[in-house]
Amino acid sequence: MLEQLTVAAALEKLANREISARELTEAVLTRIDDVDKSVRAYITVTGERALQAAEKIDEKRAKGENTGPLAGVPVALKDNICTGGVLTSCASKMLANFIPPYDATVALLLQEAGAILVGKTNLDEFAMGSSTESSAFFTSRNPWDLTRVPGGSSGGSAAAVAADETLFSLGTDTGGSIRQPAAFCGIVGLKPTYGRVSRFGVVALASSLDHVGPLTKDVRDCALIMNVIAGHDKNDSTSAELAAPDYTSFLGREIKGLRIGVPVEYFNADIEDGVKKAVRKAIDVFVSLGAEAEEISLPHTQYALPAFYILAAAEASSNLARYDGVQYGLHMAAANLDDFYKKNRSEGFGSEVKRRIIFGTYILSSGNYDHYYLKAMKVRTLVKEDFERAFAGYDLILTPAAPTTAFKAGSVEDRLQMYFNDSCTVAANLAGLPAISLPCGFADGLPVGLQLIGKPFAEGTVLQAAYAYEQNSGLPKSKPAVKEAGGALHE
Amino acid sequence: MSKYETVIGLEVHVELATKTKIFCSCPTEFGKAPNTNICPVCLGLPGTLPVLNKKAVEYAIKAALALNCSIGSYTKFDRKNYFYPDLPKAYQISQFDRPLASGGYLEIEAEGKKKRIGINRVHMEEDAGKLVHAESGAYSLADYNRAGVPLIEIVSEPDISSPAEAKAYLEKLRSIMLYAGVSDVKMEEGSLRCDANISLRPAGSSKLGTKVEIKNMNSFKAVQSALEYEVRRQAAELDAGGEIIQETRRWDENSGKTYSMRSKEEAEDYRYFPDPDLLPLQIEKEWVEEIRQSLPEMPDSRRKRYMEDYNLSAYDAEVITATKSMADFFEATLQEYNDAKAVANWLMGDISRQLNAEGVEIDRTKLTPSHLAELLKLQDKGTISGKIAKTVFREMFASGKMPAQIVEEKGLVQISDEGAIAAIVEQVIAENPGPVSDYRSGKEKALGYLVGQVMKLSKGKANPQLANKLLREKLK
Repeated sequence: MLEQLTVAAALEKLANREISARELTEAVLTRIDDVDKSVRAYITVTGERALQAAEKIDEKRAKGENTGPLAGVPVALKDNICTGGVLTSCASKMLANFIPPYDATVALLLQEAGAILVGKTNLDEFAMGSSTESSAFFTSRNPWDLTRVPGGSSGGSAAAVAADETLFSLGTDTGGSIRQPAAFCGIVGLKPTYGRVSRFGVVALASSLDHVGPLTKDVRDCALIMNVIAGHDKNDSTSAELAAPDYTSFLGREIKGLRIGVPVEYFNADIEDGVKKAVRKAIDVFVSLGAEAEEISLPHTQYALPAFYILAAAEASSNLARYDGVQYGLHMAAANLDDFYKKNRSEGFGSEVKRRIIFGTYILSSGNYDHYYLKAMKVRTLVKEDFERAFAGYDLILTPAAPTTAFKAGSVEDRLQMYFNDSCTVAANLAGLPAISLPCGFADGLPVGLQLIGKPFAEGTVLQAAYAYEQNSGLPKSKPAVKEAGGALHE
Repeated sequence: MSKYETVIGLEVHVELATKTKIFCSCPTEFGKAPNTNICPVCLGLPGTLPVLNKKAVEYAIKAALALNCSIGSYTKFDRKNYFYPDLPKAYQISQFDRPLASGGYLEIEAEGKKKRIGINRVHMEEDAGKLVHAESGAYSLADYNRAGVPLIEIVSEPDISSPAEAKAYLEKLRSIMLYAGVSDVKMEEGSLRCDANISLRPAGSSKLGTKVEIKNMNSFKAVQSALEYEVRRQAAELDAGGEIIQETRRWDENSGKTYSMRSKEEAEDYRYFPDPDLLPLQIEKEWVEEIRQSLPEMPDSRRKRYMEDYNLSAYDAEVITATKSMADFFEATLQEYNDAKAVANWLMGDISRQLNAEGVEIDRTKLTPSHLAELLKLQDKGTISGKIAKTVFREMFASGKMPAQIVEEKGLVQISDEGAIAAIVEQVIAENPGPVSDYRSGKEKALGYLVGQVMKLSKGKANPQLANKLLREKLK
């Protein structure tokens, strides 16, 4: 049952030599063998490589050498995070054969810290989606109910953590892609401040909105991982030149007197009642711990989602233009250059990706730019200003992490309804603010997520409050059944 | 007077001579084996990000200042989106509505007139790779060594009124870039590239005609020829009552004509938008001032100074200041030798001939200002004759040896001993009775021949003035 350990617990056992890195890695690989047929969290499992790396860590430890703060801890990376020598597909036919010759900065930092890469997880194609259903390969399943989606786009990363198929994972979050799946799968997911964690080597969806962050079993693990991946990276011009604190030092601090703003716009009729109920109960816990919770208004909230989709599509249309088949990726025979581009891009991209590229191209076209792009940028400023005003009086903002609990695979056909999944999360992307999603109970047997949004670079405060809540929520420490709830799912 | 006025604007791309590329640390060196100066960043591989090379910004500012531009305190990078296999990301990082610099000018002299040509803007961008097409047409090969080399685009105002002015503009621009030391501006290596916009309008009209863009001109001469062709073509079209179509045309060097490439309707929509991977740049005034201080004296100012301080003719001053290396050489030589006119004559004569023959700039040769100064001093002292000086020059240009050493080694010291020359003079008189009697019968020209014979017998070492004097005395 080693795979059930948190990162913190595993590190303790590893340090005490109660377990070896190899044993822990084997336990996780065995678990993947057992349940991933049902969960389908992984695109690639790097078993052989992982065992070799684990053995190396064990050897180092035996010799008393420095092994790094995450030595021997298995990790899964979303398959849009480049890993040198390991397939990085973005769940797209376009990159189904793309093996990067370089590591993303976060992959390198984890490797240097001694974490063991066990595999690459499924996502919506190029991270465009909220369910992993747009993956070109398969849809991942929610360990709490295998007929449901794990959320997205980091659905594989969330499902893998929830089903104990890794101790932790990294995901990316452009409009909620870490927080919404974390909420759906009943785990912790943190989207750090824009610029806090390097984006180098993370395949871009929308560069000004993309964030990288951890998905973990609890808040302490989240702080531990942030200690490794946060910091300045000279290879990312948008990376902040600001030293990162020890995030674990915020854990266990009192939250008495902490001022929490609860925006009314996040509790309207579009939010499921079960979700609202669980979140309101959580607010009571915060109050019981001495925090002050007050209703506030973020008046431009309703414009955040459309502005987000305009900007994200515009940037994506440019970021994804490089997938033309010239240097790498899908490369089809063609009669001439135009034909070559058309064939590669028609065949290589799925319908959601094409939809957004066409949408984004339209937005940036001359004549449309001012109407859409510039207007959306203005909305982005207004959304930011909403937060700035709120943060003048409050330390944190509390909202649901998603409007619903996990929905059934194949049940959402309307695109706008799918996009609405991001309604609670996109504002923090537009404003670049740190935001965490953590479990706050269940609605009809499915996990509900609570979101805490902090001031720029105040991940410490976010983690402090999340930890205080987690320790005092009185929620049962239950695990998803995975197998039992499954059944006739296999394709 | 033609019935049309020509209006030309030039867009010039100049590669900046930084050691590394604009957004990664790959070397920029020209002429390496294909795809050797590359990395994941300049290949635009998934997930890679650009990091701006500060040196490229410094060089761009330097170039803009040399063109009398003002530098914006806020500038940013934008993406220019289009598909082509030489463009790894399918967008070029460029600058759209907030260029680095604007509002400059340079001064040209063409067809005997001085003129100021406005510079609309100078902006930074990255270069694309290069495609090599198979002759069979079956495939094309891509070389990304050049992808990401820093460029500046210099856009002139439509102030140029003739193909000759266009050429003068390019020559002056090239000279300024060389002076500023920001580029080697070699059109044949592609470190300077030029596109032209040209339109005609009825003489005296203030309304601009429909413009045509000309591409693929690979030398200054080609720019002039292409524009001359285009003036004729457009004038003929207008004379025939036709209309000029707004389009892009390609210059074909072999046929000496331009051909339509694409019309305005087919023009691409580049969908510019701010590159979210790069932060806007705040350019501090102090930095700009620092760069301004580091700029060398520009050619116009030097030319004026040479005419005033050294009494050089306008022509001589123009030739010597055309390249910074030549002007620097001139000034350095004057540190050791003070006859400016003599130095200028050497530079414009034997030295320029040798440089042209070898196709090199003076600072890439073994010749130093000390060589030239010493050579001139040897001549002044009478150690060597002017004729011998030319021999010594060829030798020192080839070997880099100092002239005094060459003179000594080769025994080229001028014979100024009257006795020694007198003996040769006797011999010449004895052997050339014809010219001798010609001279005596009043044909002054024959003396020149006889002096020549003395020089020949002495292997050029006889002091020609002495030979002349002795011949006259003996033949009285």
